[in-house]
Order: sequence, then C-alpha cells, then structure tokens
Amino acid sequence: MKQFLAFITKEFYHVFRDKKTLLILFGIPLMQITLFGFALTSEVKNADIIVIDNAKDDDSEKLINKLRASTYFTIYEKQIGYNAIEKEFKKGQIKAAIIIPPKFNNDLIKGKKSQIQILTDGTEPNVAKMLVQYITAITMDYQREINATNSPMMMIIPEIRMLYNEEGNGSINFVPGVMALVLMIVCTALTSVAVVREKELGTMEALLVSPFKPIGVLLAKALPYLVLSFVNLNFILLLAVFVMKVPMQGSILLFFFFSMIFIATSLSMGLLISNITDSQQVALLLSMIGMMLPTIVFSGFIFPLENMPKFFQWFSYIVPARWYYTGVKSIMLKGLDIHYIWKEMVALSMMGTFFLTIAISKFKIRLA
Amino acid sequence: MKKLRFLLEKEFKQIFRDKSIVAMIFVLPIMQLGILPIAMDFEVKQVNIVIIDNDHSPLSSKLINKIGASGYFKLLAYEPSFRQGLEYLKSSEADIVLEIPNSFEKNLIKENAAKVNLTVDAINGTKSSMGSSYLTSVIADFNNNIQIFQNKNIVQPVIINIENSTWFNPYANYSWFIVPGILAFLLTIFAGSISATNIVREKEMGTIEQINVSPIKKWQFLLGKLIPFWVMGMIILTIGLLVGIIFYKIRPIGSIPMMYALSGIYLIALLGFGLFIATISNNQLQAMFISFFFIMIFALMSGLFTSIESMPEWARIISHSLPITYFIKALRMIILKGSSFADIQYIFVILIGYAIGLNGLAILNYRKTT
Repeated sequence: MKQFLAFITKEFYHVFRDKKTLLILFGIPLMQITLFGFALTSEVKNADIIVIDNAKDDDSEKLINKLRASTYFTIYEKQIGYNAIEKEFKKGQIKAAIIIPPKFNNDLIKGKKSQIQILTDGTEPNVAKMLVQYITAITMDYQREINATNSPMMMIIPEIRMLYNEEGNGSINFVPGVMALVLMIVCTALTSVAVVREKELGTMEALLVSPFKPIGVLLAKALPYLVLSFVNLNFILLLAVFVMKVPMQGSILLFFFFSMIFIATSLSMGLLISNITDSQQVALLLSMIGMMLPTIVFSGFIFPLENMPKFFQWFSYIVPARWYYTGVKSIMLKGLDIHYIWKEMVALSMMGTFFLTIAISKFKIRLA
Repeated sequence: MKKLRFLLEKEFKQIFRDKSIVAMIFVLPIMQLGILPIAMDFEVKQVNIVIIDNDHSPLSSKLINKIGASGYFKLLAYEPSFRQGLEYLKSSEADIVLEIPNSFEKNLIKENAAKVNLTVDAINGTKSSMGSSYLTSVIADFNNNIQIFQNKNIVQPVIINIENSTWFNPYANYSWFIVPGILAFLLTIFAGSISATNIVREKEMGTIEQINVSPIKKWQFLLGKLIPFWVMGMIILTIGLLVGIIFYKIRPIGSIPMMYALSGIYLIALLGFGLFIATISNNQLQAMFISFFFIMIFALMSGLFTSIESMPEWARIISHSLPITYFIKALRMIILKGSSFADIQYIFVILIGYAIGLNGLAILNYRKTT
C-alpha cells in the first residue's frame, strides 16, 4: 500500500510539474464554453435579403416595412432584373430574394388575390427553409390585418409558453452540449497518452519491473487526472451558471456525482486507447481528431437525434457524451431528480467499467 | 535542392512505414465523410405533441383532426390533465403540450375569440421554434376555415399567395450543404494537427537535434515536412470529392482546377498553422491540445453547421478572421453554385495572405537552438 501511495505521488508530480499543459487544460474548456455558448444559435438572424418591388404602391410599401421591422433579415431594396438575381446569389451576398409583382395593390383590391415570389439560396437549405417560414408568417400576418379591417373574424388565439427557457436564452441549449463535448475529448486525450508515452520514451521498462499490477498502474495514472478534471468541472459549472446564465434547477450534488461518472468513463476510454496504440501521435489522433466529429454529431446537441436513420440512433447509444448531454439537461435545465436520469447513470457506469476492463486486459506486461 | 530531395525521401518513408498513421490519414476521412453527413439533418420532421382536450366539443375535435392531418405532428397521447401532459415534456418524449380549455367552443361563438395554450419544451431551440410556428400556422389556417363551418356571411377575404423556389438545390437536400463543409473541415483537421504533432514528436524524441546540427537550412527542413503533407492533403481532397460524387451525387458545377488551386493554397496556410503550433509546444499532448482548441473553434464558428450571420457581432468578427470560414464558403460556392473566379477572387487573396503570414510566423519562430 505504501509503495502504491508513493507511485501515485510520483504520477501527481508528473502531471502537476508540466505547467504549460495544466494551463491549457484549464484554459480550453473555459474559453470554448464561453465562446460557443454565446456564439452558437439555431435561429436565423440578420440574413441579407433583397426585395424587388415592382409594384411600388401602398400595399407593397406596407409589406416591406413589416419585413424590415423583423430582426430576422436585413432588407435591401434593389431594382434588378430576374437574371441579375442569380449573379447576386453566386457572389454569396444574399440568402433570399422577394419579388413583388407589378399591380400588387390593384390585384388585391380587384381580384382579391395576389402573389409574391420568394427565391432562396438552397446551398444552405436550413436557412432557406427558415427564411421562407419567417417571410410567409409575416405575409400571412399582413393578410390578416387587411382582412380584419374588412370584416371581423372568429379567431383562435394560441398562447405560447416556452417551458424551461422562458426568456429564450440561446446558450442554454448549447452550453450543456459543449460541456459534454469538451469534457469528453479533453479527459480522453489526457489519459490516452499516459501509458503510450512511457512506451515511447522507454520508461515503460521501469514500470513493468515494478511490483504493481496492471490495474494499479492504470489507476495511478488516471487518479491525478480525475482530481484535475474535478477542479475543472467546478470552474465550468461556475462559468455556466454565473456567466452564461444557465439555470441550475436541480441538485448540485447529483450534478457532480453524475459528472464524475462521465469523467471517469472518458478517462477509462483514454486508458483503453493508450493501451492499444503504439505512439502518442496515433493515440492523440484517435482520441481528439477521430472522436471530435462523431461526438459533435451523435451527442445530439447540434443535430436532432430523432431525425437520424434508425441505425445511427442505435449508434448514438454507445457515445458517452450523448448520455451526459441528456442527463445534464435534465438536471440543470429541467430540475429533475435521480428517477429521471438513472438510465443515463447506469449506461455511463457500464461503459466506463467496460472500457477499463478491456484496457486492463490489453495491458501488455512484456515489451514487444 | 538535392538536400531537399533526400529530406523528402526520409519524410515519405517515415510516414508510410507507420501503417496505423497511413490508415488513419486515409480511412478516417473517407469513413467520416461517407457516414456522418447521412446523420446530419437539421430538418424538423416530426414534432411530438400531447393533447389535453378539456372542451370535448365538435370544434375542438375538428381542430385536433386538423393538427393530426397536417403531417408535421405526431399525436402522442391524449391526457386528462395538464400535470399528466407535463410528464411527457419532462421525459423529453413530447415537444409540445396543447391544452384546449373548457368552453372553448362557447367562447369562440359568443366572443369571436378563444384561447388555446401551447406549452413548448424550449430547450431544443430549433425544434421548439419550428414546432410552435408550424402549430400556429395550422391554427391560423383553421381560423380561416371556421368561418366556413359556421356558415357566416362574410366578405370574401383577400389572399396573398406565396410561391417559393429554392435555387441551386431544388430539393433542399441538406447533404449538399454539409458535404463540402465536412470535406473542408477534414482537410483542416488533417493539416492542422498532423504537421503540429509530427515536428513536436522529433522534439520530444530528441531526433530534432540531429537535424539541427546538420547543414540543412531552416526552410529546407520545414519544406521537407510540408511537401509530403501537402501531397497527402490533395489526395484526401480528391478522395473526398469522389465520395461526394459517388455517395451523395454532388457533382461540382464550378471549375475543378480553380477548386484545386484554392485548396492547395488553403493547405499551405493550414500546414503553416500546424508548424507554428509545433514551434510553441514542448510535447505532443500540448501540441494536440492547442490544435484541438483551434479546430473546435473552426468547427463551430466557421459556418460549417450554423450560419454566421445569426451570431452576435463579436463572434462574427472572430468567424471572419478564420481562414476556414472563407474556404468553406468558397468550396460551397464552387461546388454547388458554380461561382466564377471573379466571384471568389477576394477569397484567393485572403487565403494567400494567410498562407504567407502563418508560414512566415512559423519560420520566424522556429529555432535551431533550444
């Protein structure tokens, strides 16, 4: 036991002496969560749109003013021909064009019917669809206004309540997602070099002739990082709650307990990578580059999981960040208790144990 | 020149000997490009809704039918009380709870207006805003129809039709948007991380000493590192384009030589960036962390997934100072819209600037002595 303690102390020294890495380790998550929490948004705002007003009458003027009042777009009025629109799209300056026909007002009064045309840049399909939706809603609103002055109508008025995010704070969706992503990749990368570095530098020999069992070596390697990650988690939570204004509706204790399970799982995954690779470069490429995109995609914080083909939905079950992301949302935003997140906890614990077991069994006690 | 040739030979041999690196360099991008875009889809296809009908009137059931028939919504359950409906939101099974109050029909007929309550799970931004706006438009549509159900004599309402067409991508296929972006991103992570770790590795192993004491000049050493990666980057680009054509039927409509020229310049810039990281880090873990930091920013702030215009002002400034933002934009323009050289020449200028700047910085910062 005493020997083991000495070994752990050695590992702690190792980690804490490398000041530059420590700085990076604490700096990265904090900076990224701040950056992305504020910058990412799923809405469309300030999209550049040109309006080609061929009518120039009362109604078209009113409609354009209504569009202008919205924060979704920046409206440019331009008198260009149909062919020139394509040029504007190709330059990448505008996202959509609205064409109002001549005699807009006349058609509305006489024929009770008129038509406007929306052209969108389909190279950004999501933005295009949202823009069509917004413009349609505004036009419908205008139509209702005209009709309301003509005759009173029966109306069903929907009253909308945005649950869990009454103020429409955009960062509350992304912060838990970025937390899951950053914690997972940083923790995995940390331990992924732990063993392989000793192999590469030739100090593995010394470890192998020591009396420690593989499990002891791996635990001693992971322990300093577990402590570091815990400190890191505290910083992240403070940042999320006080700077990003993400509410903490649920129990803090549960949050920490749940997060530590996730961190332990990520560290075990790193240990596994470390044991099956031969160089730090490969280990790091696997743990950071190889995992970054799959984690972004399958944790569900940018792309909704239920949209994916069934196969990918199953695949997402083996991505630890996915479980953490849902769990953190439930605790922090919805204030739910353990009854709602036990599934996430069990899944993460099972994955962690699995990774660690494989890592131990793959640990080679002989140099090749 | 001869020295450079030997250096190149050494580097190529070194890279291709390590089979796991070669596999990772070529297989990872193909797999990620081949598989991930299928899973990336923003479109809100189905909104799950729970209904609480306290009125049980003919009109309320007509409204419910109308919502069910619209195709956007899946009527998950009917619950007798709001509290039971809320459970569905808590467990994330449902996205919206629609509550139709008592005397809904009576109010509508008597007072010409009645309220319904929508409670939306607002955590998922896209889904909540799209879902609630779909539902409001279904209700608005229903509003137009009730006049007819009630056989009221009304003035014929005015109608503005909206016709819309999506250019360059008529079926609004999301993969057309994401595949060129992911390709640009894969090139970025390849170039940004591999050159960084490769040189730091020589530092860490001590083999850089041997090169430092040799008569090889700084620029020869760096060039010897850059050229092999540049060649591999261009191969990855070619494979990626083929994956796009074969898997996703995305045929570039713009000029292909122009695209290669642009990518070549971009790769030089990014490799210079990797070199610069290598010069400021002491070990591979550090180098990887630093490049990871930037690559994450590249991934999330370059307009790869979300649009730049929607970001706050300061974030747009950051976004416009990243070379990848321009590269992704240009790739999409060339591949999907067939934009001409005149349309993107400013991007060429900017990327050349980055290539010179970042490589210059790396050379200045690289010291033969420690």
